[in-house]
Amino acid sequence: MDELDRKIINRLQRGFPLCERPFLQEAGQLGCSESELMTRLQCMLDDGLATRFGPLYHAERLGGALCLCAMAVPKERFDIVAEQVNALPEVAHNYEREHRLNMWFVLATEKPEQLDAVVATIEQATGLKVWKMPKLEEFYVGLYLEA
Amino acid sequence: MVERPEQEETLERRLILATQAGLPIVPRPYAQVAAELGVSEAVVMERLQAMLASGRIRRIALVPNHYRLGYVANGMSVWDIPDACIREVGQAMGRMPAVSHCYHRPRHGKDWPYNLFAMVHGHHRAEVEQRVAEMARQLGERQRGYDILFSTRILKKTGMRFGAA
Repeated sequence: MDELDRKIINRLQRGFPLCERPFLQEAGQLGCSESELMTRLQCMLDDGLATRFGPLYHAERLGGALCLCAMAVPKERFDIVAEQVNALPEVAHNYEREHRLNMWFVLATEKPEQLDAVVATIEQATGLKVWKMPKLEEFYVGLYLEA
Repeated sequence: MVERPEQEETLERRLILATQAGLPIVPRPYAQVAAELGVSEAVVMERLQAMLASGRIRRIALVPNHYRLGYVANGMSVWDIPDACIREVGQAMGRMPAVSHCYHRPRHGKDWPYNLFAMVHGHHRAEVEQRVAEMARQLGERQRGYDILFSTRILKKTGMRFGAA
C-alpha cells in the first residue's frame, strides 16, 4: 500500500460521486489517471484490502430487517459451524470474538418476518442457541478509518 | 408514505439486486448497470440519487478491510447502563470520538446484563482498552459494569444480500 492507495481509501470511503464518469472525476482530485484509479481499486478488492465498493444499502429503510446475533460455539466445532452459518445469504457479516459467546453475526432479510425462520434454520442446523440482539435504538454510526 | 407505482418498485429492487455486490469498475459504471437493467444511465443515476436522499442508501463508497489498514484491535464494548439513563448515555457515548457504532440492545437476564454496545477500533488492544477505560471513567455511576469483546477473525463480510430466498 503506497501513498496513492492511502489517498484512494481515505477519499472513497467517504463517498463516490453520481455522475457519468465518476472515476475520471475522482482521479482528477486524487492526482492520477482514470485508468490508474480503476486498476488500483480492482487490486484492492481482489487483494482483500477493501471488501466492497458501491451503494451501501440500508436494509431497514428498504423494508427489510437486520439483527445482530451471537452464539456460544464449542471450540472443536467452531469452523464447521462458521461454514454452516456463512453459507446462508442472509448472513451479512460474521466475526469471531473472544468470549463465551464467540460467534457474532448480522442477519439481513428482505422481509422482517423472515428473520425468525433464518434463526430457526441456524439453530436446527447447529443445535446451538442463537442469542438475538436486535437494536432497540441507534445512537451513532460513523465509521471512518484513516489508512 | 407515498405509494409508488409497481413499475418503480420493480426497478428499484432490480437496481438493488444488480448493485448490492458492488459497482462495476468501468469508466461509466452507472451506464453499465443501466444496460443490464434495460434503462437509461440517467434513470439509474436519478434512482440512486433518490435512494441516497431518503437514506435507503447510506452512501456509495469503498469499504476498507480494517484489519488490513492496521486496525487490528476491534473491540465491541458492552455496557450495563441503568434503563433510566440509557438514551442520555447512548447519545453521550455516540459523541465520543473513539466510537464508530453505538446501539441500545436488549439484555438477556443474568447471562447477559449488557444493554449498550459501542464499537471501538484501534491499532493495538492496549489502545482500545485505554479508550474504553476512559469512557467508563467519564460515565462514572451511570455504568454498572462493562466488558470488551475483541474480534479475532472476520469470518464473513459481504454485506446485505436481498433476493436470495
